[in-house]
Amino acid sequence: MTAAAAPEPRAGLRVAVVDHGAGNLVSIEQALTFVGAEVRIATGPDDLAAAEAVVVPGVGAAAPAMRRLSRAGLVDPLLRWIALGRPYLGICLGLQLLFDASDEDGAATFGVIPGRTELLAGAPTLPHIGWNQVERRREHALFSGLADGTDLYFVHSYAGRPRGVSAEAVTLAETEHGGRFVSAIDRGNVLGVQFHPERSGGAGLRLLGNFVRWAAALTAGAGAERSPVGAGGTAGGD
Amino acid sequence: MLRRRIIPCLDVAAGRVVKGTRFVDLVDEGDPPELAARYADEGADELVFLDITAAPENRGTLLEIVERTARRAFIPLTVGGGVRTVADMRAALRAGADKVSLNTAAVAEPDLVARCARRFGRQAVVVAIDARRVEPGAAPGGEPARWEVLVRGGREVTGLDALAWAVRAAELGAGELLVTSIDRDGTQSGYDTELLRSITSRVSVPVIASGGAAGPSDFVAAVRDGGADAVLAASIFHRRIHAIADVKRALLAAGIPVRATAGVAA
Repeated sequence: MTAAAAPEPRAGLRVAVVDHGAGNLVSIEQALTFVGAEVRIATGPDDLAAAEAVVVPGVGAAAPAMRRLSRAGLVDPLLRWIALGRPYLGICLGLQLLFDASDEDGAATFGVIPGRTELLAGAPTLPHIGWNQVERRREHALFSGLADGTDLYFVHSYAGRPRGVSAEAVTLAETEHGGRFVSAIDRGNVLGVQFHPERSGGAGLRLLGNFVRWAAALTAGAGAERSPVGAGGTAGGD
Repeated sequence: MLRRRIIPCLDVAAGRVVKGTRFVDLVDEGDPPELAARYADEGADELVFLDITAAPENRGTLLEIVERTARRAFIPLTVGGGVRTVADMRAALRAGADKVSLNTAAVAEPDLVARCARRFGRQAVVVAIDARRVEPGAAPGGEPARWEVLVRGGREVTGLDALAWAVRAAELGAGELLVTSIDRDGTQSGYDTELLRSITSRVSVPVIASGGAAGPSDFVAAVRDGGADAVLAASIFHRRIHAIADVKRALLAAGIPVRATAGVAA
């Protein structure tokens, strides 16, 4: 879809898009701008200071991304961001990083959501590339206005598998490619999607617009007394 | 369930979309970002831009086209033509490409595929294979069909066996193969489904069929008989001979899942 077919833009949430060096940031920057966000590309901790929401995009493997995030001094600030209850959207690799570790290269990742990133088992083709149905397990503002089973664009070989008592609670949507895998998660202030909303036409733009509205509401609800991310707080998830 | 994709291809020369027959006799077909936006509206599942001149001096022009397109068409973009290094690939991704297609450079230096896959992930690396059928000798009993790989826009024969190269490219790290039949390209005589099947039965990465589309039934054949995951075409869309929706409806009627877009109820 082009601009003409997209949902109505919405004003000015300051979104930091984290750059970990793996390529195309134009799409996500353009798509978020299109739905009314004020986008800043974050290459270091200072770039998070003024942000109201964080988006971690990306494709590819976890280890190089973790290395680059670490070198940029962004790992601890991102963990604090999450621990402070501030809005986070992980896209593809940005979702996978939330789990404990990745089977793709053994990298230890954020450890915010219990579970591992695993190869898609039983997939007839790998990578899983193309438009596939996202089937909701629960309702969430992120999917507002989208029919259940909407086609969204995927490009990946691995997906995070939530584990433990919270596994069901964090599973927001699933998709089928040989077997079922978790294609969207939510846990409070943390959202993650395995597909690429920035590349999913009008449906993807709607979802990103929903994220911006949801993040704005969350930010407003958190009140003005919120402590700045740079100023201490414990690193790490719960 | 994963949908089969319809991919309009925009061959670009000197900043314009062109189309030839068997890679020559180019005709001007329009402004790239404009055409790209039109296709996105009409239900294209992805877009491919190929710089068919593959000349370094055109690189900037192509990347600028990609960037302009990425600002208005929010669907995946693949860029190819003249990508020779990891740095070239990085520049294309930074301009807004999601995938980069390697052709001549990958044949000349197969390790480039591996390096690009390590750096950006295999899902971003497409290896494009231009294949030409080798006429078997008149030997009775009939040898199995063979195809050879051509490079430099079909101008140079490599002697490389297309099936062997396809398997090797996937092993090296290609996340997808774009298989063009040079015999069929621009001829509107249908995809070479035998070539496609020979490759799709040997690799597990997705295969994009290219070269020869005349009508919706050819797309059905590329998927059903060729096993293609995605089907690419240029002239029939540029010249409005068939709409993307016509193609998708034909696929649906054949029981092949497609993404619901304008005029198509999946």
